Formats: sequence, C-alpha cells, structure tokens
Amino acid sequence: MSVRRLAEKQPASFAFTPANLAWAKAQIAKYPEGRQQSAVIPILWRAQEQCGGWLPQKAIEATAELLGMAKIRVLEVATFYTMFNLAPVGRFHVQLCGTTPCMLRGADDLKKVCRRMIGEENEVTADGTFSWIEVECLGACVNAPMAQINADYYEDLTPDILTRIINDFSLGKTPNPGPQIDRINSAPIGGPTTLTDPSLFAANGKGAERGTVSHPDNDAKKPGEAANLRDAPMPKAPEGDVTDPRRK
Amino acid sequence: MTRLIVDSKEIDVPPEYTLLQACEAAGAEIPRFCFHERLSIAGNCRMCLVELVGSPKPVASCAWGVRDCRPGPKGEPPEVRTRSPMVRKAREGVMEFLLINHPLDCPICDQGGECDLQDQSMAYGIDSTRFIENKRAVEDKYLGPLVKTSMNRCIQCTRCVRFATEVAGVPELGATGRGEDMEITTYLETAMRSELQGNVVDICPVGALTSKPYAFAARPWELNKTETIDVMDALGCAIRVDTRGREVMRILPRVNEDINEEWISDKTRHVVDGLRTQRLDQPYLRDNGRLRLASWSEAFHAIAAKVAKTSPKRIGAIVGDLAAVEEIFALKDLMTRLQVANLDCRQDGSSFDPAWGRATYLFNAGIPGIDAADALLIVGSNPRKEAAILNARIRKRWRAGKFPIGVIGPKAELTYPYDYLGAGPETLAAITRHSFADALRKAERPMVIVGAGAFARGDGAAVASLAAKAALELGAVKEGWNGYCVLHSAAARVGALDVGFVPGSGGLTARQMAAYGTLDLAFLLGVDEIEIAPGAFVIYIGTHGDRGASRADVILPGAAYPEKSAIYVNTEGRVQMATRASFPPGDAREDWAILRALSDVLKHRLPYDSLRALRQELFKSYPHLMRIGEITPADPAGIRKLAALDGNAEKAPFTSIVDDFYLTNPITRASAVMAECSVVAQGRAAATAAE
Repeated sequence: MSVRRLAEKQPASFAFTPANLAWAKAQIAKYPEGRQQSAVIPILWRAQEQCGGWLPQKAIEATAELLGMAKIRVLEVATFYTMFNLAPVGRFHVQLCGTTPCMLRGADDLKKVCRRMIGEENEVTADGTFSWIEVECLGACVNAPMAQINADYYEDLTPDILTRIINDFSLGKTPNPGPQIDRINSAPIGGPTTLTDPSLFAANGKGAERGTVSHPDNDAKKPGEAANLRDAPMPKAPEGDVTDPRRK
Repeated sequence: MTRLIVDSKEIDVPPEYTLLQACEAAGAEIPRFCFHERLSIAGNCRMCLVELVGSPKPVASCAWGVRDCRPGPKGEPPEVRTRSPMVRKAREGVMEFLLINHPLDCPICDQGGECDLQDQSMAYGIDSTRFIENKRAVEDKYLGPLVKTSMNRCIQCTRCVRFATEVAGVPELGATGRGEDMEITTYLETAMRSELQGNVVDICPVGALTSKPYAFAARPWELNKTETIDVMDALGCAIRVDTRGREVMRILPRVNEDINEEWISDKTRHVVDGLRTQRLDQPYLRDNGRLRLASWSEAFHAIAAKVAKTSPKRIGAIVGDLAAVEEIFALKDLMTRLQVANLDCRQDGSSFDPAWGRATYLFNAGIPGIDAADALLIVGSNPRKEAAILNARIRKRWRAGKFPIGVIGPKAELTYPYDYLGAGPETLAAITRHSFADALRKAERPMVIVGAGAFARGDGAAVASLAAKAALELGAVKEGWNGYCVLHSAAARVGALDVGFVPGSGGLTARQMAAYGTLDLAFLLGVDEIEIAPGAFVIYIGTHGDRGASRADVILPGAAYPEKSAIYVNTEGRVQMATRASFPPGDAREDWAILRALSDVLKHRLPYDSLRALRQELFKSYPHLMRIGEITPADPAGIRKLAALDGNAEKAPFTSIVDDFYLTNPITRASAVMAECSVVAQGRAAATAAE
C-alpha cells in the first residue's frame, strides 16, 4: 500500500443522478435523525459506481454536502478504504490478490500476465478498457490464486487462464466467474475426496450395514430437561463491584 | 466511589474515573501522548499502559474505566501497578515503536526542550535502534500562516484533529490514509479557519506542528517566562510572556479555569511581532505640520503652554481600548484637577453608564456561568470574533447537551447551531412573544449575552434598556442567578467604567469630542478607533504609530501591556494584574508615570510618586479593585433601573463591534502576522461569497 492522494486530473463537476440521489436518500433514512453520516460508505460506493469505478474530488464533496459532513471527514473515509479508487480505473478493473496463499500458488506469474497484457500497475490502458492493481487478501484463499475483476471473483487462475479471461473481456465476452477449473465453489478438485463410501448413504442414512449410528435421530428428538434446569445458574456478581445494579 | 489499589496504595475514586485519572489521584505519574484532559479519549498512542493484576496484558489506562476493573479472587479491590517491570517493558516497547519512524532531528526541532516525546524517551527510550529499514517520510502540509508542519515527526496522536473538531468547532483537520500511511492534513491543504488554531501547536506532543511565526526564533531554556494577562479582548486570558533580553519572543496560554481554561486565541498568541514594530520610542512634536523628535520636557512644555491658553470646557480626554486602570485613574485625576468634565472611555460610542450600576455593564454570570447556564440568547454580538475563547466555552456547553441558543443580530458561523430570531431591536423588543422565549423561560438559569455592538449605536441606551427588559422578563435575573451578560470587546472598558471615566455634568461624549469645533485640546490615551476632527490640538499617549499618533500634535510614548505592571478589569468585572515582562522601547515610559510627570509641568502635581502610592489612592476610591483575581458581584438592581429607562430603539439591524478579528487595535495593526491572517481570512470570505 502506498500514500493515497486524489488524482491530479479531476472532472469539473459531479452530481448524483436522480436515481442515485433517491437511492442515497433512502440509505440516509435508514439511520436515526442526526446520524445520517453513517451512510457515508454506501453513498461513496454508489458515487464511485456512477463515476466509472473511481471517486473524483467533486464526488467526495457532493457526498459531504449530501450528508452534512465536513469534507475532510469524507476524505478520511475515502482514503482509508482501498476499495475506493481515487484515480480513474479501466472499464475492467483487475484486482489481483498478492497475499501469501495466492503468492505461493503463483500470483507472481499472474502479475507478469497483467504487466504484459495491461501495462504497469495503476495505469489504465490507452483505450480505457483495463487497469490492474495488486490487492491484499480478498478471502478466497482456498481457490488461490485469484483476482477480482469488477464485481466478480475469478479463481484458480493460471497465467493461461488469466490471459484467456482478459482476452475474452477485450472481445466483449463475459467469462464465467468463480473457479476456472473443474470444481464447484471451493469443493475439492475433481470431485469429493472424503465421505465417498456409498454405504454411508445407504438405507436412507440409517447405516444399516455398520450397526447402529451413535446418535440416531430418534434420540435427538426426545425432549430434554428444561433450559433453566440444565443451564448453570447465573454467576454471581463479583464482590466489591459497587457499580453492579443488582447490589443494593 | 470505587476502591482500588494503585502501586499498593489503596484509594477511593469516583466510579466514572478512568484508570489514568485514578492513578494520578494516587500520585502515580502516567506518561501519555494522545490523552488530553480537555479532549475526547482516543487511546491510540499506548504510552499510558499499566498493569492490571489479573489481566493477561497491559491495559491503556486512559481508555479503561475503574468500573471495568475486576476485583481480586477474594473480593479485594482491583490492583493496578504503574511501576512494575511489566509496565516498564510495555512502555519501552511502545516508545521503541514510536521512535521507529520519528526522525532524529531534535537539534533542529522547535519543540526541542519542551517536547513530550523527548522527555518521555529519557525515561522509556533506549539508546540505540534495532530498526535498520528506511524511516517513513511524509510530505509537510500547508495549514495556514500560523502552524508550521514537519510531518515526519508526527506520531498520529490525533490531538490536533480532536481539538479542531471538538474545541474549535471547525472540523477541518483530519487523518487521511491508514496504518503507516496515515497523515494529518486539512482538506486539500487549505489554511485552517479557526481563530484558535494556534493551540494545536501547544497540544502537539512532538514537533510536528510548530508555530510558524516563532520558527527557529529561540530555545525554551533561554527565555524568561512571565505570567501575565492578555488585553487583545475583554476576557483577560491568562498568558505567559516569554522574553529573551528585552524582546518578547512568544506568548503562550496559562491555565485559568475561570477564563480561558488552557486555550488562547490566535490574536493573543501571535500579536508578538506587533509589539516590536511601529513602536513610539521618543516624544514627538508637530512643527509646521510635520512631526519631529522632541525631548520629554519640550513636549511637556508645549502641552503646558496649550493648556494654559485653553478653557477647561474646551479640553477633553478619551481613553482607548488597551489602557490599564492605573493610567485611567491618573488621567481622570489630572483632568479633575484641571476642572475638565469632558471625559470618555467609550470611543466606540457605546452607551454604558456607571450611573446605572455596575451590573448593567458586566458579564454578570461570569465565564464559568456559561457552563452552568441552560439556555442562551445572544444579542448583537458575534462572540467568535469578539471573544473567541468565550465562544469556545459556549460551544463546550452546547456539546454537553440541552442548551438551546438563540441569536438576535448578525448571522454568523459560530461553530454551534442556533435559532436565528432576527436582526434588530424590533425582534429584541418582541422577544417575549417569540417561540424561542419558551426555551428561555423554561430554563433554570437562562443567559442573555449582549454584545458591545448592541450598545455602540445612537440608540444604544434604548437597546440596552430593551435587553435588560428582555433579560428580566425571561427570568435571567433572579435570586442567586444573574444571567444578564454584557460582552465587551475592549480590555480597558470595564476598568474605565469602574473608575467612572465618563462625561461629568455637562461633559461631552467621545463622539461629540471627536466632532468638529467642540474641543481645542484633546488628551488621547491610546485612542485609535476614532478620528478627532481637525482644529483641536491632540496629545496622544500611546505605544504605536497608528491612527491616533498620525493625527497627534504631541506624541508621548507609552508602554504596551507586557511592559508594565498594571490592573485590568475584564468583561466579568474580574480584577487582574498584568506583570511586567519586558521594558518599553527607547524613551517610552509607563503611562501613569508620563501623566505624573506631565502633571508636574501643568502645576497640578498628582499626589503619588510611585505605582504603589497610586494604587493606594486607587484602592481608597475603588476598593473592589483591590481584590485581584476576584469578581465583586454587582447589584442586579441596576438592571431593573436600566429596564425602566425605555427609549426609542431604531430599526437598524445589530452589527458586531468587531469587523476583522485579526485587526482590532494598534498592536494587531502593527503585526505582519495578523495582517497575513486577515488577508487569508478575507480571501476565504471572498471565495465563499463568489460561490
């Protein structure tokens, strides 16, 4: 991560579209009177979407105006969260995870692909189609390495697959998001590796061939003791705690 | 009360205390950077770690309440250790992390010698570093003409951010970015707008924010420190004047809970260079239309010759905004001996009259009274400009909650929201029928602040009567509470009114004296805000070559407020004594001594040869001035008398007496720093108007 500043070239003005403004008002209405600034992150996010994936200075100011906040307070939020881009991004913004699991699984090779096909990090291609950035963990480590392109995760990448995906985007196609190899979500590659014995699932789960199951369903359905009898009594307040309202 | 053991000493503290407060109550010293008594708790510097017995790790004492502590297994009180090896190791660890990115530039840092980080690293620092990587580098920010930044030194305590947001009420500082890249800045590096911004320099525990005008001027250990009071507004804030040799180097606040807590305004702090420039250090005499240097006796004899030729009816004396009680008393004494009745201390043309009683011109509730008040009506005043510290106090009260504020007069940004009731006297006259009046009536201790601007108009007396009537009808004046508060803007005003420096019977007011053809001879004691019409022979006793001096025929150089021991009475009626920190320049003398010497030449010798003797005379006539640091409460009957006065108030809207916060008196007008602040503020006003 590095110091984040507003972009040097800024559009002259910004105004929420009527639809976005109505949506923003609805967000503000979720919070009690005087707490409207709680809506700052969703509204900034919507402003970023409206501006094509980044936040111009005027959008930050418009948000501050809308929420009755000091501009610096909104700037603090916008610079704190890396999900807010302060400089223009491409139509397809590739956020490539470079944190340890992805790195161990070959994220460095993916970076080379991005450099070759898109250019340097944080730079937008001349036609404005692509940009890429290395980000910290996006939480899809099981399917490492991965990248987020706009709103979708593309997982289990290899240099070839990423090349194909970027090519598809530039041809106007939308590749399927999710794992790019033979698996469902984060399930094991090539199908299940445990609990594969079909007998486990025979006889409607009763496990007839291996004797009785330790906890048959019937047991579980029996009523137990009432909760107040089963639970431990409420712990006493520690002595000497004069602030405890239960003490006289 | 909650019992706990601090360093094997058992103490009893209120349950709302934090551990840090409890430890201090037990006499243990807790180091800290981010914690500040008057700001909200941030808990981010971690320097105040203490050991809480039973807790697996040290806790930040500033953010840990005593009611959150667990008692021991046998019910013994919770135990805190502030000097254990664990605490020491924890603090050393914190210090090492803080110093990782802190530059080793103490020799060229203005904070050196009075730096919290420096001091605490003496106790908890280690003499070498284990950090071999590059230090963080942060761009310096522009924060305006008063605050210099050196952001490499910042330890992100966020005290400045909290001060700007909470105390100053101008949320313009913030911390952008995160983690190692966090930076303190204003929005896009615009200049700060607060009149209290100088205080961020004081609260910065390191040298990240330092004073721009004072940059590289002196080291703290080479300065003589004199505790005195300020005269830039009528509050009389407690200040410390630091001098090197005879030069005033800087002005810092002192703690006075009753007036300024520990803040001072930028005008108070940065007027320093105004004390050096444009000074009158020699008597001058006008010859053939040009001022020329003269000796004291030459000047005195020129005055004596003029006085001898002039009838007392054609002589007048006016007292300016910065004069101390002693010289006002001496001038009044001298004028009485010359049988002059044309005396006035109200160069702004305001209509205060000591004959109505002291309560009609004092801030009766006192500044701490703001904390006690529960509803406020501001009439004809912009407290942010007239008394920035008082405005911060109002804001503090507003932040505490349940404090309706109404304003009649100029609509200004006051750093707190208010109900705008109207612009002029007709709103004030009808205030009891206004919906806001209910809020005041319901309040137990309502407060009515009337600005000097409401009095300084032709119909000032009628307005004063209206304000008094409103205060009475709204229940602001009752047994045990006097909420009728006059906010003056001139430090000399209340003192001069207390000694009765107002026209005697048949005497002329300041406005009349300034008019053409009324006077032949005028004594001006630091009068720079009104222009005496051509014709009169003007004697100016003052400190700066300002408007008054350029009009004068004789200039007698006097002493500015850090250069004399003098009594001032602030807007509450609190009598305070300023101490001499340096000496008047050149041939300039203390004002009372000038008047004493002049009286000799005029053959009306004043009967005191020393300041002590003068004060004895003064105290004999006005015993309440003897009680230094105290307020002698005024009899509220005066307010009833004033309310009964009536009169016809005009329709003109109220204006604030202070137009430009930074340029209100000759000292500020001589200051280049104040001029720059004024330009920045005006540029901003113009930019706002253009939008």
